[in-house]
Amino acid sequence: MSNNNASSSSVAVAQKAVKQLRLEAKVRRINVSQAATDLKNFCLQNAHKDPLLMGMPSSDNPFRPPKSCGLL
Amino acid sequence: MGEMEQMKKEAETLKTQIEAARKAANDTDMASAASGVAPAPRVQLKTRKTLKGHLAKIYAMHWSTDNRLMVSASQDGKLLIWDSHSGNKVNAVPLKSSWVMTCAYAPSGNLVASGGLDNMCTVYNLKTPVIKTVKELDAHTGYLSCTRFLSDTEILTASGDTTCALWDLETGKQKTVFLNHVGDCMCLSLSPDMNSFVSGACDSLAKLWDIRDGQCKQTFQGHTSDINAISFFPSGNAIITGSDDCACKMYDLRADQEVICYQDAALNSGVTSLALSLSGRLIFAGYDDFNCNIWDSLKGEKVGVLSGHDNRVSCTGVPPDGMCVCTGSWDSFLKIWN
Repeated sequence: MSNNNASSSSVAVAQKAVKQLRLEAKVRRINVSQAATDLKNFCLQNAHKDPLLMGMPSSDNPFRPPKSCGLL
Repeated sequence: MGEMEQMKKEAETLKTQIEAARKAANDTDMASAASGVAPAPRVQLKTRKTLKGHLAKIYAMHWSTDNRLMVSASQDGKLLIWDSHSGNKVNAVPLKSSWVMTCAYAPSGNLVASGGLDNMCTVYNLKTPVIKTVKELDAHTGYLSCTRFLSDTEILTASGDTTCALWDLETGKQKTVFLNHVGDCMCLSLSPDMNSFVSGACDSLAKLWDIRDGQCKQTFQGHTSDINAISFFPSGNAIITGSDDCACKMYDLRADQEVICYQDAALNSGVTSLALSLSGRLIFAGYDDFNCNIWDSLKGEKVGVLSGHDNRVSCTGVPPDGMCVCTGSWDSFLKIWN
């Protein structure tokens, strides 16, 4: 009821931390230059269909009330 | 104890190794790589709708996959389902506990979920003649900060008890518990391919998890305070985080490190929420200073601001078709902008 329980649980915590670090150390990393190029290209290739970036005509804007009233 | 000393030593060695490997891959940063890209246009969005109906602070909102309906959660003890096109309330769900911190819409549109200081995630069926509670997911020992449906049968939760969990909605039990954070989990975001998710926590770390095997695959550091908001970049290869340290950061998953930081000396309010435009080029970040700032994700520059709320912006969301951005605030209103 003593030190033994406390220290064996902190050993367990430390073991877990080391295990996780070992796993993360093995990650295969690519260069930031390549990663950045891919992110940039994704944005550029999808820009034309991004309504908040490109804007939209009011007639296509579902949140804008229509200019003329239709007959009900 | 010899064993503890050995493990501490090994941990330090591994951390040094990881930092060295990241540094070796750090041959540039995002802004430099994007220097040839034309700047994003100055973004001036107008409020198209102000949704009035909640009677207290709004804490969360989430769009339906139909791009039209959305759910919002307020500490007035209600979830409201809105038709964003008309501005009308479609449904009201009274909550057992008014201390709600999160809400979510299932991709099918059939279910919504909420949770908060009750430590539970409650799931409601919107399609029964009267809205019914279908499950109360009760196993977290801390508040529910965020929840997202994978489908009508599986849901992810993030909790103040420092864990995230994947639940089976048929049994109401946890299938997988994601253990590794050492601070309250505050937010989560599902990857576009639904095989993984990322979480942000009060330990200032973001972690990438494999949904099926429960493993923490990668840990991202750099923030100096709680991470309140997190989102996958639409390609699935990067994540954006927002923190109480007043900055947002983009981390690339394949480079395993921060590639750009979105901050401004004039901004000294924490980031509460964030959402990305469809192409990922624009980041809409809600702050404690009542504004939502718009950042060019590639260049790291502020390109606009959404001002109009009279209190903290607590939540932001862009629907799947990218046609607008919604902000929710402690002023009890939601605004739709485009």
